[in-house]
Amino acid sequence: MDVSQYLGVFLDESKEHLQTLNDSIMQLEQDPENEDVINDIFRAAHSMKGMAGTMGYTNMQNLTHDMEDVFSDVRNGTLKIDSSMIDTLFQCLDAIQAYVDNITESQDEGTETNSNLIKALADIRAGGGAAPAAAPAAEAAPAAEAAPAAEAAPADGPAPDADATKDYRAIKLDPEAKSNLEDAKASGKKIFGINVKIQESCILKAARAFLVFKGIEEIGEIAASEPSTQDIEDEKFEFNFSLIITTDEDDVGKIRDIVKNVSEIEDCFIAEMDPSKARTTEDAEPAPAAAPAAAPAAAAPAAAAPAAAPAAKPAAKPAAAPAKDGGGKKPVGKPVVNRTVRVDIDKLDVLMNLVSELIIAKNSLISAANSAGIVSGSVNEQIEYLESVTTNLHESVMKVRMVPIESVLQKFPRMIRDLNKSLGKKMELTMTGEDTEMDRTVVDEIGDPLMHLLRNSADHGIESKELRAERGKPEEGQIFLHAFQDGNSVVIEVGDDGNGIDAEIVKNKAIEKGIVTPDEAAALTEQQCVEFLFHPGFSTAKQVTEVSGRGVGLDVVKSKIESLSGEVSVKTKLGEGSTWQIRLPLTLAIIQALMVVVGGEKYAIPLDSIQSIEDVAPADIKTVENKEVINLRGSVTPIIRVSKALDTVSTKSEDEDLVVVITRKGDQQIGLVIDELMGQQEIVIKPLGRYMSKCRMISGATILGDGEIALILDTNQLA
Amino acid sequence: MDELRDTQDVGELIQYIVIKLGDEQYGIDIKYIDNIVRMQQITRVPQVAHYLKGVINIRGVIVPVMSLRLKMEMDPDEITDKSRIIILKAEEDTLIGIIVDQVNQVLTLGSKSIEKVTYSNDKGKKINSFISGVGKYEGGLVSILDLNMVEMEEDKANK
Repeated sequence: MDVSQYLGVFLDESKEHLQTLNDSIMQLEQDPENEDVINDIFRAAHSMKGMAGTMGYTNMQNLTHDMEDVFSDVRNGTLKIDSSMIDTLFQCLDAIQAYVDNITESQDEGTETNSNLIKALADIRAGGGAAPAAAPAAEAAPAAEAAPAAEAAPADGPAPDADATKDYRAIKLDPEAKSNLEDAKASGKKIFGINVKIQESCILKAARAFLVFKGIEEIGEIAASEPSTQDIEDEKFEFNFSLIITTDEDDVGKIRDIVKNVSEIEDCFIAEMDPSKARTTEDAEPAPAAAPAAAPAAAAPAAAAPAAAPAAKPAAKPAAAPAKDGGGKKPVGKPVVNRTVRVDIDKLDVLMNLVSELIIAKNSLISAANSAGIVSGSVNEQIEYLESVTTNLHESVMKVRMVPIESVLQKFPRMIRDLNKSLGKKMELTMTGEDTEMDRTVVDEIGDPLMHLLRNSADHGIESKELRAERGKPEEGQIFLHAFQDGNSVVIEVGDDGNGIDAEIVKNKAIEKGIVTPDEAAALTEQQCVEFLFHPGFSTAKQVTEVSGRGVGLDVVKSKIESLSGEVSVKTKLGEGSTWQIRLPLTLAIIQALMVVVGGEKYAIPLDSIQSIEDVAPADIKTVENKEVINLRGSVTPIIRVSKALDTVSTKSEDEDLVVVITRKGDQQIGLVIDELMGQQEIVIKPLGRYMSKCRMISGATILGDGEIALILDTNQLA
Repeated sequence: MDELRDTQDVGELIQYIVIKLGDEQYGIDIKYIDNIVRMQQITRVPQVAHYLKGVINIRGVIVPVMSLRLKMEMDPDEITDKSRIIILKAEEDTLIGIIVDQVNQVLTLGSKSIEKVTYSNDKGKKINSFISGVGKYEGGLVSILDLNMVEMEEDKANK
């Protein structure tokens, strides 16, 4: 077996544990006495140490081990939390993150031993007055207590029909293995039997089992297992397996630690065994030996294990508590917890593409039926049925691809905390809507822009302590991030109660940078001035700081959001704060669109940008500043002749009524004059390719039912 | 065959598709060709270079089409039923179509029977050309299209 196949699991879990540690340590900073948090931290650090050890990443293991020691002292009350300690711990987390990043890239943790951090951790412990040996002792104690208890546990032998996966005593050895065991015993080696139970919520049982095997193989040899190694590898077992091992190690507690260091091991039972009493395959076969129906009977020996081991439990078991009664009382069967599968995102992409193809095929079928003039009711019925199935299929696949935005947001509290220190300001971050779901690809991309906006708020938005006091604001600056779903889009608002944006400064800067002439600038509204912030190469920070203000920033945010077919806008009030709003589509690949004809060509307009469709008489068109506008229920709405924008000629004569599609561009409304409406259709967005990407008015193309291509209009760019 | 090569070394053998643009014949290395399709309806894309005629649908993929004639500053295409669109494999698996007047034949040429040419203007300065060489065969001469040139120009137009 090869460790590399578990690398993915290792990395996923390391990231999870790191996140837990980050969150918990922050919580600890607020509430240093909270025992639950301390226990969480301890468990996460402990699991991470075990995982790193099993995977052979010794540097990472050493660092986490020393961290664990510190937490252990904290838990025992010999060490008090203070802020310098928290800082050191965060540095350790960053170092571990670096290891994880290295491993992600090259499967190698790198050579950095972080000896300074390890020393800092040692200093913390020394400073706390705890004898260096305290932690190992504390750790060893419960295990040692458990050991005699466990050894006492085995009864006179297994129940005759016990399930061998739950009790090593029921493993049937072939005669040769048995004699090998007897030889080993004669040569002074110890022989142990081990029963292991994996948590029923565990997804990768085989991986866990493998890690147990690997750990054991470091101290001894596995003489036999039930089920066989091959079956375990193929995941052909329930949640129990048992082993017989030979080893020079005579400390049961140590073996137990090895097994328990593996995540999601619910329980293990270890006892020395006498090979001469082991069953062999030649023994008479007791009636239904390994039948699953034997489970209730097997409860007897298996239940003994959890009873014997509770002392060891708190030391090593992440999340074992909720499953405490799982020892053998539950009938073997389906776990009650949510069953999940980790799926490679590429596979989902393939699935999504196939769904897209299916929708195109469906559209073709509809258009073929129409052009063939089929009016048969049953054909139409079937097509409608097909349509509803494909729509549901699309929605389901989309939902599978949706993940909560939380995974991106959870790193921000830590970031703001660090900024608190480095900027010397007091700030608090409030987040809502972490459970808002978005397409995975969007979630992956949205992190950097959000981080940038938050840093901006922290650096430029929130004023210095003195200024805040002067303005009568509370000392602690408020930064917020709200995410919520709004129709077919997701809105994320990032803002602060800080200084707001001074439009005058922005305007002057824009003039200075030659983005506008002073004359042009004079005519601009405040909002238009603020928009200059999104201009490439614009940064108003008086000083370039480490936090923000490198001159690349908001324009990058804007282009990133736009590449995700989203939009970003800002509202600000000088002295009171600013709010940035990011609006993103729920899904990128398949949308509902209004099909229109302009100059004899077909175009698609995304439905969610459309507000209404109006018939307008030519006489109702007025001109304001040389631009055509209409009065739409009291609001003056500029209109755009799409035919002109697209360099084509309208097929309608001048005196005909105009068809105007009213679309929303940020806060504004814009009317698009088109020739003809074709109707609504579900379309699959396809990229135009790099040769054609020059045209900003077109955001992509789609293939219609008859194989023809229609271009998709980007209403934001038409103005 | 071995004897033949000993006596008459023609170099590496490469197959070319010979196409016709106006009165001239051009060869395209067959390894760049994905497909040859009949003329079909091209969807115009506004505001792109004049020689980019639009996009077509090739097996569900949107493929841009350019006019080789306009690109090479010749007269605009006259679409006949001999006109074809040759789908080329550009870098990074992207496809691009070029419109040609007609497709004549497949020709195998040894690399040694192709003469490298560089065009220069009056002052002897090298000028851009879409031709990487001229191949000789029994039927006459065929200019070998330099597809890198065609595509590189494309990127420039995009910037």
